[in-house]
Amino acid sequence: MTATLASEPALAVKDLTVRRGGRTVLDGVSFAVEAGGFTGLIGANGAGKTTLLRAILGLVPVSRGRVRVPRGSVGYVPQRLVLDPDLPVRARDLIALGLDGHRLGLPLPSHTRRRRVQEMLEAVQAEPFADRRVGLLSGGELQRVLIGHALIGRPQVLLLDEPLAGLDLRSAQQVVALLARIAAEQRVAVLISAHEMNPLLPVIDRIVYLAGGRAAAGPVEEVVRSEVLSRLYGHHVDVLRVHGRVIVVAGTGQAEHPAHEGVERAAVEIV
Amino acid sequence: MFSGFMTDAWIVASLAALVGGAVGFFVVLRGSAFAAHAIPNGSFAGAAAATLAGVNPLIGLGVFSLAGALAIGGLGRRGRREVATALTLVFMLGLGALLLGFSDQYASQVYSLLFGQLLGISSAQLAPTAGLAAACLLALALLYRRLLLTSLIPEPVGLRASVTQMAFLVLLALATTLVVPVVGTTLMFSLMVGPPAAARTLTARPPAAIALSVCLALALVWAALALSYETDWPVGFFVGVGSGLIYATARGWGWGRARLGAGRAPVFGPSAPRGA
Amino acid sequence: MAAIFEPGFFSSPPVRLALLVGGLVALATAAVGVLTVMRRQAFAGEALGDVGAAGGSGALLTGIAPLWGFLGLALAAAGAMEFLGVQRARGREVATGVVLGAGFGLAALFLYLAATDSSATGATGSVLFGSIFTLSDATLPLVAVLTGLTLTIVLGLHRPLLLASLSPELAAARGLPVRLLGALYLGALALAVALAAITIGAILSTALIVGPAAIALALTAHPLRATVLAALIGLAAVWAGILLAYDSFYWPPLHHGWPVSFFVVVLILAGYLATRRRR
Repeated sequence: MTATLASEPALAVKDLTVRRGGRTVLDGVSFAVEAGGFTGLIGANGAGKTTLLRAILGLVPVSRGRVRVPRGSVGYVPQRLVLDPDLPVRARDLIALGLDGHRLGLPLPSHTRRRRVQEMLEAVQAEPFADRRVGLLSGGELQRVLIGHALIGRPQVLLLDEPLAGLDLRSAQQVVALLARIAAEQRVAVLISAHEMNPLLPVIDRIVYLAGGRAAAGPVEEVVRSEVLSRLYGHHVDVLRVHGRVIVVAGTGQAEHPAHEGVERAAVEIV
Repeated sequence: MFSGFMTDAWIVASLAALVGGAVGFFVVLRGSAFAAHAIPNGSFAGAAAATLAGVNPLIGLGVFSLAGALAIGGLGRRGRREVATALTLVFMLGLGALLLGFSDQYASQVYSLLFGQLLGISSAQLAPTAGLAAACLLALALLYRRLLLTSLIPEPVGLRASVTQMAFLVLLALATTLVVPVVGTTLMFSLMVGPPAAARTLTARPPAAIALSVCLALALVWAALALSYETDWPVGFFVGVGSGLIYATARGWGWGRARLGAGRAPVFGPSAPRGA
Repeated sequence: MAAIFEPGFFSSPPVRLALLVGGLVALATAAVGVLTVMRRQAFAGEALGDVGAAGGSGALLTGIAPLWGFLGLALAAAGAMEFLGVQRARGREVATGVVLGAGFGLAALFLYLAATDSSATGATGSVLFGSIFTLSDATLPLVAVLTGLTLTIVLGLHRPLLLASLSPELAAARGLPVRLLGALYLGALALAVALAAITIGAILSTALIVGPAAIALALTAHPLRATVLAALIGLAAVWAGILLAYDSFYWPPLHHGWPVSFFVVVLILAGYLATRRRR
């Protein structure tokens, strides 16, 4: 996927620093995502990915730095949403709220709205369970509905917090393909976080690699290199490429977090 | 104020504070605040029924507390716990109001059941109250470790959490029968929740917190009794307002300490209220 | 037909007033109730009702109409809860419960003082368990206005409140003022509690708020239909309660009728249990 250069990036983060409970969670993070760009935000658990996304949304107080984001045109897919099974909201209602959740008054029946909701239901393949209560959906089903909710308003920027966590490989590939397709069609700037970069490698053009609160950002080939990551981690790491997969290994020979999963996956898939 | 019928009142009230403070610690720990509110209010109907039937109100209290605990535990599994608890509670209150309406002493009976009746404590109640208190404390001692464990880890391996929860609710029902005659159904909550919640903000270690909770509850009840005796105002008023003051003071203390950088206020227990 | 409607039912002025007031109240409480159940704030509603009891009894003591007392204190308590961030804090059940206890303690005092003041006989019963047959005519316009206000908030903000109740994160991401919405909801809850309090009493008010909503949630998955259904169920329960209370006037044992609040609560509980069977 080639990044099309626009005059101004859709999302720009500059020198972002977030401190919480005496700890510096993010330290001077800077990067940008172009319109139509597909950027992966990679980091181990606890590296600050969720904090970064929430800081972009304005949900987290920022100690220093700036975020430039088109107000009101940001879609967000949270990592986890626990919903009670008896909630009177169906999948199609949740998607519809993505369109008019901010409008006052009672919703009047509208052909246009119904059509757009139906289109989005089909686009995210949620048609089979469109009328089921959101609290009764499986994790994967709810995620597709949440993606629909985020995208139906045609946002310029889409943020996803670990959408692939807990999915098996096939489902993960499906979600990634779905996102890539819709993002290309709508020219959305996508920032998708994960603790494992391999499922994203086929579709992302740029990467923001988070470690120790600091970030290295740029095209994948430039960032995912031993020298760059070693500087980021503060100790020596090796970057290995095996059959198109990337494995990051700590210098002592023990596998780092993202690499650990990568190694396991690679070991299984070679079969 | 220390002679005659008042000695009975002091003894019963002290027992109530002892049990309330100890059991209350676990109520707060397990996030069962709503159940602790519902079970005593539910017992209102039992006391009303017993009064109407001319039976010792304590029996009615006890039976309906147990029934309420079982209903909340059972219904709660088939729907939202909050809603099940609320509707059970309200139904019991309504039933109690109806039954009391059948008697000719409606207003005073309702009042004393809801808010406690200092003069209503007779020496006949001493023995059963003491027995109940001993049973409650014994049960608490036996369940102590399990209660602590299941509050931190909702589904521990090899331990049926639902059984522990049911046992806890039954314990709560027994404590109710003990505490309600002193402060009334509506204010048992204040005795059972205010002091332990305050204690928790001040210390994190369970044994210390339980001890502090009991001390605060005793202080609260004694002050309420003394003030009620002097002013003729209801005990429940002093307990309710006093409990609020204790809690607010402790929270304010903890907040002030955190602001002065003395470190985070000590915290112990589940991070989100789980309900009964 | 005559057996169901005792003679004089429709021509009795107190009954007509009760039907109108009760009907309006049922609409308001049902609308707020659906949100309350979704947001898991039944306990907050309970607390506002119990604090409201202090307001109602205090009003009785000073000769003001109880509705103002319920309303004033419930709104004040809602404001305090919002200001202290009780709903968002850890241990919110405890904080809510302590506020509730303090409110009830005050109610205990006021009712005690009222009992010694002869002009306020039956204070305990009416404040705690409702007084729908002894309302003054002036109550009706007030109830209509308050119901209108409650419905305006809840229905006017239907979509933002729905989204914020499902997920504050999603709502915030869309730029909705989640905290303001929460405060407005709490205000609407206080209004509903006060309205329910004059109908079936302060400490039973939760049933009218939470019960019909819980029944409706079991019957439909459509957000707006759930609200409408809850309103109809609440309406049915209140009107049937009034009817039964009227009919019960000659029933044993004391032949002065069974309380409306009892019937309303029983009907709601029966409806709730019926929906549990379906599962």
